[in-house]
Amino acid sequence: MKQFQYVRPATIQAALDVISKPGSKIIAGGTNLVDLMKRGVTAPDKIVDINHLPLKGISEPIGNVMTVSIGALALNSEVAENSRIKELFPLLSMALNAGASPQLRNMATVGGNMMQRTRCGYFYDTTMPCNKRQPGTGCGAMEGVNRMHAIFGASDQCIAVHPSDMCVALAALDATVEVAGKKGKRYIHFADFHRLPGEKPQIDNNLAPDELIVRVIIPTNNFSRNSYYLKIRDRQSYAFALVSVAAALEIDNGIIKNARLAMGGVAHKPWRLFEAEQFLVGKTASEENFAKAAGLAMKGAVGHGGNSFKLKLAPATITEALKHAAGLV
Amino acid sequence: MKKAINVTMPSSAEGMSRVDGRLKVTGAAKYSAEYTMPGLTYGVLVGSTITKGHILTIDTKAAGRAPGVLAVVTHLNSPKVPGDQPEKGKPVPDKGALKVFYDNKIYYNGQPIAVVVADTFERALYAASLVKAQYKAEKHITNLPDNRDKGFAPRGEGVYKRGAADAWQSAPFKVEQEYIVPTVTHNPMELHAIIARWDADDKLTVWDKTQGVNDTRDDLARLFKIPAANVLVHSQFVGGAFGSALRTWPHEVAAVLAAKVVSKPVKVVLSRADMFTSVGYRPFTWQKIGIGATADGKLTGITHEAAGQTSSYENFTEGPVGVSQNMYACPNVNTKYNLVSLDIATPTWMRGPGEATGAFALESALDELSYAVNIDPLELRIKNYAEVEPSSGKPFSTKFLKEAYQLGADHIGWGDRKQVPRSVKQDGWYVGYGMGSGMFGAYRSGATVRAKMMADGTLILQTAVSDIGPGTGTAMTIIAAEQMNIPADKIRFELGDSSLPPAPTQGGSATVASVGPAVVKACTDLKEKFQKLIGNGGEDHPDYAKVLKEHNLPSLEVTSSSDGGNGMEKYAMNSWSVHFVKVLVNAATGVVKIDKVACVSDCGKVISPKTARSQVIGGAIGGIGMALMEESIIDHRYGRYINNNFADYHVPVNADIPQIDALFINKPDPIINVMGAKGMAEIALIGMAAAVANAVYNACGKRVRDLPITPDKVMG
Repeated sequence: MKQFQYVRPATIQAALDVISKPGSKIIAGGTNLVDLMKRGVTAPDKIVDINHLPLKGISEPIGNVMTVSIGALALNSEVAENSRIKELFPLLSMALNAGASPQLRNMATVGGNMMQRTRCGYFYDTTMPCNKRQPGTGCGAMEGVNRMHAIFGASDQCIAVHPSDMCVALAALDATVEVAGKKGKRYIHFADFHRLPGEKPQIDNNLAPDELIVRVIIPTNNFSRNSYYLKIRDRQSYAFALVSVAAALEIDNGIIKNARLAMGGVAHKPWRLFEAEQFLVGKTASEENFAKAAGLAMKGAVGHGGNSFKLKLAPATITEALKHAAGLV
Repeated sequence: MKKAINVTMPSSAEGMSRVDGRLKVTGAAKYSAEYTMPGLTYGVLVGSTITKGHILTIDTKAAGRAPGVLAVVTHLNSPKVPGDQPEKGKPVPDKGALKVFYDNKIYYNGQPIAVVVADTFERALYAASLVKAQYKAEKHITNLPDNRDKGFAPRGEGVYKRGAADAWQSAPFKVEQEYIVPTVTHNPMELHAIIARWDADDKLTVWDKTQGVNDTRDDLARLFKIPAANVLVHSQFVGGAFGSALRTWPHEVAAVLAAKVVSKPVKVVLSRADMFTSVGYRPFTWQKIGIGATADGKLTGITHEAAGQTSSYENFTEGPVGVSQNMYACPNVNTKYNLVSLDIATPTWMRGPGEATGAFALESALDELSYAVNIDPLELRIKNYAEVEPSSGKPFSTKFLKEAYQLGADHIGWGDRKQVPRSVKQDGWYVGYGMGSGMFGAYRSGATVRAKMMADGTLILQTAVSDIGPGTGTAMTIIAAEQMNIPADKIRFELGDSSLPPAPTQGGSATVASVGPAVVKACTDLKEKFQKLIGNGGEDHPDYAKVLKEHNLPSLEVTSSSDGGNGMEKYAMNSWSVHFVKVLVNAATGVVKIDKVACVSDCGKVISPKTARSQVIGGAIGGIGMALMEESIIDHRYGRYINNNFADYHVPVNADIPQIDALFINKPDPIINVMGAKGMAEIALIGMAAAVANAVYNACGKRVRDLPITPDKVMG
């Protein structure tokens, strides 16, 4: 590992000053960054430790403020086990608990979870081609081992997926990200936070290099009774998703009033299924309608050989997740 | 809660706990990488990034100048390994172990091309990243299925024929299928590690992860041409190995060379990624089985072909087709075993070597045949039960597999199994039952044990055997306690040191069977010595401490040996197992959950019930890993492993492990040794993967013949 400087700014403002300099990297839980440094994927000159900044809290909805705010430094385990989160957004709790292992969830933060890099094997092996790690070197996965890779929104530069479970739930819950920059704060809709690889796969998201995630804001909703996060993976715990689905329904007398669907393990970002959601509104909560919605969700999906099974697994998982959400199983 | 299910053995709670359990769970047990000593330095290996070819140039300047670096050793500046040099008048063998830093040739991706030594591990790791090599790459091959036509028969074990060839083809009911066991890496939790220290020009001490301290000593003595007596190997604790520490590997030689260069002790600890290329693996093996039976389920013929991968510089052979020769009574059996040389590192034995691979194919094929004949798979096996060894006609020393079938079937609830897949559903999941049998030779070899009774009544037993986790020290303590009639806590079993009396390498499930008799012999001899001391009329189990005191002796000791026995001259000797598995399958998503497992072992007398149970559970979990998730994946364009870490190479976690009932027949084998105890490590895994695959088929009708059985292969 290359030698680096360690700094611990006292305030958010001081942190913003430091991170704007090239070669610096923020560390929170470090559950991904340390791996990346060990493998030589990233070699920062400066590590900016933000763990002591006041960004930990989880707020309650108060009065007419119908949102819950989760600080960027709240631990994945804290959020997953928080009784209000479990009550208001069981989907988020389920997604968090489907991710990583208890040890990792006790270290990893909400902001860090959003900022984690892909687990593509070509990205991690510095002797392999990878446009995300080293732009212009090619994509090793495109013609290579791509069982875990994207079927939606990929480019000829990159077919990596974002590995988070939490983000899939936050995308489905229409969360908003508050970020701080030198010019003040701004808000990014969660579904727009991560980006597709396009011509610049080295850039994972729309956070500017000199910005810091402050908190995630989730509007309250009527999905808590009919939510489910289904993750299909190669083992029952501590494995990244082959396909995961966050499904949330608002059902009134067997009729779907509102639906939210997002998928993980299929794209460079949490993949919202807007068309499937719209289709479901006004329909009865039945397996047949769920399967139809799943079919609509697969428009534009492209397999690359090793991951082509996802073209079949994804709709099956959507249907299964919706059945769980609707209480049909 | 688990009820007391074991009818033939005391429950686990009744067995003696591991003698070193407390040391292990408190972190007090010291493993090779944990030793430290004055002047200790750290070596980090640099691996080749091409798969075949040679090094053109290797730039070590930046690494050499990096802070704390003491040396960068490559083929250009390495001291010669005397044992690797060609001997005058002797032809150079065309194949052999990789010669470390010998020349510029590259045989596999990840082959060590340099070791960087520094004053701290972090500095060595950083400097290693600065070593830059230029290569001349040649076209490589790392893919077995595409290169099966290059297969060749290994010397002495290619072809076997009994009765008519391909007799299965004319059977009224038959199955012919191909089966794949992919490359699987041992991946013990403990990384391989060595500390090498030269105490003089011809005296070497190593603290090393090894399954055989004497083998390691002899290998290093031969390679460095020093007397074996001058090589001391310490390996007191080993954190799992499963076969990966059965031989001396390049990183060990590199550490010894580096220690020579820097004249200081050097510690080399492999990274998890190194574990995939540096210490062997279960070789990728393609198999084809043709099997036929009469309408009433009598086997008429088995043809079993296998092609396993090896490196270009060594022929590694194992016995995948052996199970087809001897598992069932079948008049016509022919087998063929080929090797395919690829540009990869040499494989090595991994738990149930050969048999685990072969049993996946054979026990899957038998299951397929049972559906073709429409007969219960358990009944099919009983119909073809071998009462004598089919290949030799020799009687078995003991075989209680039929009892094991019955016991296991009762435990899993085999009666609930339906012959037709997709017949049983539970909470939206298909329910299926499967079984698979295992067998492994019951081996035994010579061992020597020193037994020393101390003045305070403590008995010290010493032998050079390793304990890689099964509980060797515990089993030997139980044997000695019974022999001497003293409490177990008065016994100290010392092992894992080459200066102790010789014992075999821990492998092939032979330790208890081999070292146990030597312990019995040493205890018998020691008691006799006490008898002589006491004179006529002494009791068989005197108060040893009192006798020593009366005779004013500080201690009394004997060194006794037992041989390998000669049972195999007249008998076919094996341990046997059967695994029963109940699975739940989600047909839409392909997810398989193991609901329950019952494993029955017929391994003679069980010496240490508690550690035996752990051994079986560990083997079953290894089998679940092999069945459902383990696979070391190479990108064949580059010849590099793509999932060489514990996030992407999946081994079962707690969430994957259901209730596992470990059951034992526990009837002594009078031929194997005085205790009647046979090996049980390998059979705990052999047959397990097929049991899972068969259960998956029984549940949802999907037959998976290429492991692992991941959701994509089961869904839809």
